Amino acid sequence: MSFGTALNRALELISGKGGVGHWWAQRLTAIALIPLGLWLIFSFARLDNFDYLAVTGWTRSPINSILLIFVVITISYHSQLGLKVIIEDYMHIASLKKASLVFSNFLHVGLIAVGIYSIAKVAFSVPL
Amino acid sequence: MTKARRPLSPHLQVYRWQITMILSTFHRGTGVMLSLGLLILVYWLLAIAGGLDHYEQARAFLGSDWFKLPLVGWTFCFFFHLCNGIRHLAWDTGRGLEIHQYHASGWAVIVVTLIATMGYGILVIF
Repeated sequence: MSFGTALNRALELISGKGGVGHWWAQRLTAIALIPLGLWLIFSFARLDNFDYLAVTGWTRSPINSILLIFVVITISYHSQLGLKVIIEDYMHIASLKKASLVFSNFLHVGLIAVGIYSIAKVAFSVPL
Repeated sequence: MTKARRPLSPHLQVYRWQITMILSTFHRGTGVMLSLGLLILVYWLLAIAGGLDHYEQARAFLGSDWFKLPLVGWTFCFFFHLCNGIRHLAWDTGRGLEIHQYHASGWAVIVVTLIATMGYGILVIF
């Protein structure tokens, strides 16, 4: 089903393949973030004064490392999806909209990269 | 070229403020704030990976007195976005779409958010 011309589709003035993928991704990351988000903030509450040894010990534990990587990816993905909608809604200058979307995408991929690197570095380092 | 004189939708300002529109705005607002929180989370992780000296620098910043305010703010944003997000997920399944249900679930989100934020604050302090 198509309501637009090929030119409009190519210019992304209308959806090329429908927004269903975005919708599902937003819902699935939201559902995943209910337990992950609660786990993260209740882990913070139990980190003893955010002491360096306590924090590295906590991060280094295999289950925490894996969950942290999962959290960073899922939050970044969910954040990218949310900001995309906000940028598209409120940014009315086409070139600025495009630039903002590209910047946001790079930023979120960057956050995932830095997050995974940091967690892995602690996870694979020798305890003090 | 003259613009077609099509009827405009009423401007936002003519509406009486209602809980539904406030919560909708808040959902986006808290989402943006939590995106900023993601930056801080990744900064914190990078600081841990940077070793003791880097971590202590970050801890001096993130643990400073003035930074308690944004931390409380993020706690509020987290619980609000979580509760209202669950409300959105319920709507997606076709539940709670009557007007009185919108209002009831909206107030429930506000009450649960405030209780959870205060409860979390108490948990962190003690």
